[in-house]
Amino acid sequence: MSDGVILAAQDLTKEFRGFFAVNGVDLSVQRGSVHALIGPNGAGKTTCFNLLTKFLSPTRGRITYNGQDITSLPPAGIARLGMVRSFQISAVFPHMTAVENVRIALQRERGDSYDFWRSARVLSVFDDRAAALLEEVGLTEFSDTLAEELPYGRKRALEIATTLALNPEMLLLDEPMAGMTQEDIDRISALIKRVAKSRTVLMVEHNLSVVADLSDRITVLARGQVLAEGDYASISKDERVIEAYIGGGHE
Amino acid sequence: MAGESDVVAAAAMPTVREPAWMPRHHLVLFALLLAGLLVAPFMLYPIFLMKVLCFALFASAFNLLLGYGGLLSFGHAAYFGMASYVSAHAAKVWGLTPELAILSGTLIAAVLGLVFGALAIRRQGIYFAMVTLAFAQMVYFFSLQAPFTGGEDGIQAVPRGHLFGLFDLSRPEPLYFFVLAIFFGGILLIYRIIHSPFGQVLKAIRQNEARAISLGYQVNRYKLAVFVLSAALSGLAGATKAIVFQLASLTDVYWAMSGEVVLMTLLGGMGTVFGPLVGAAVIVTMQNYLASFGDWVTIIQGAIFVIAVLLFREGIVGVIAKWTKKPL
Repeated sequence: MSDGVILAAQDLTKEFRGFFAVNGVDLSVQRGSVHALIGPNGAGKTTCFNLLTKFLSPTRGRITYNGQDITSLPPAGIARLGMVRSFQISAVFPHMTAVENVRIALQRERGDSYDFWRSARVLSVFDDRAAALLEEVGLTEFSDTLAEELPYGRKRALEIATTLALNPEMLLLDEPMAGMTQEDIDRISALIKRVAKSRTVLMVEHNLSVVADLSDRITVLARGQVLAEGDYASISKDERVIEAYIGGGHE
Repeated sequence: MAGESDVVAAAAMPTVREPAWMPRHHLVLFALLLAGLLVAPFMLYPIFLMKVLCFALFASAFNLLLGYGGLLSFGHAAYFGMASYVSAHAAKVWGLTPELAILSGTLIAAVLGLVFGALAIRRQGIYFAMVTLAFAQMVYFFSLQAPFTGGEDGIQAVPRGHLFGLFDLSRPEPLYFFVLAIFFGGILLIYRIIHSPFGQVLKAIRQNEARAISLGYQVNRYKLAVFVLSAALSGLAGATKAIVFQLASLTDVYWAMSGEVVLMTLLGGMGTVFGPLVGAAVIVTMQNYLASFGDWVTIIQGAIFVIAVLLFREGIVGVIAKWTKKPL
């Protein structure tokens, strides 16, 4: 099953007191692709993203993942199906070391950890794999550093290592490059490319050169609706997209 | 940089693992604590010591929820007090042996914790605290009205009985060592909970709840579990206190008791293993030795709390942990 739609949304709508942040969005993400969600500020990208990951409940619409209706699942349930998200603000556990951060995700393999009577040393079975994941994102030398002490770009790398620890079928990245230096962007781009070989990636991203470099398919949102969809070449020539990006500032 | 020196240290000693049981400085502190408590009754008044032990266990149980679960309950008197009533009633009216009386008190506290916790964790922060307070007030009024609690009089002259039907607890030595065993067992259990796979998940939830959810953890279930554990251990402390003092009264379910345990935990250092023990010892000692000042005790207590918050916000043990750079 390498083809077909992995994640689909129909008529996805979110209303906040009369304001439609997302209005009737249809979206389908092809399995194995890197799909980007772009648009000017306030276009509803992050709301859309939060709806897809169930951190918000849609006012209307239907979301399916691998053909299964997930519209009413709780957010933790999504992760259990193999769809793991990242956050715009870096999502690490600040007072845990890098290796502990990754181990918390690996620990999910045990199912639920309600065993309060057992020593945490049982978790040392995950140490080797945690080290391997840190190596994959170039964080080996930081494995015993507290996450809060890592430079920003390294935090994002740690976040990706933690996400990969769940071996997700699909990754949802919320502005993975936000606030990064060019050097960090190159490193994380390379990492995403490598990771995407065996997975589906949906990301919200502002940096258009990153989007051009990474994505197979792009959906442009504006004012809560889908404005255009296609590959980068066709999107970048689309009059409406240019209008939305350049003309949007004058409203 | 601290990070780099850690890296060097880790590279130099790649085979170093955590000791089997606990970090050495914790082991030493627990050993000193136990040794001190074994000798203490020969120097200090045993009833006073047992009061400290009961409150130290209560504060540690509360700290499990606040310091490690990240949940501020303002109604922990409900579990402490209701367990104390049930334990007293079981010993006096049903004639149960002390260990069974204490067990029934603990179970009641766990059940109350399950019901109140399940409802309260739907809210967060200050709303969570208000909901727990409201439930505790309901328990207080129930205790005031219900026939078995004795209203304003409480349950008095509770027999201490024979432990397992064998050891006469009306003698101070067996009673003291029984209470010491409960205290130490309770503290070690809390220590284990903090350092278990479950404790790791709690730590993650406390540091970044949204991320824990996105990794697939059903965080409300973990919060409920730690709430029930905390309530049950608070109940264990209250139930034991009823046997020691042969009394269960409204004081134990009153909201001021909920406040006192917050005070003990913050003064000693929340989120530290040894902080609540120190905080409880300080507060109980003050109440005992400053009793001649009457109502002024509360004012002195308040002043100390203000000073503590202004000067060392991490609490006594929290500050020491910062100085020594070791988790305590």
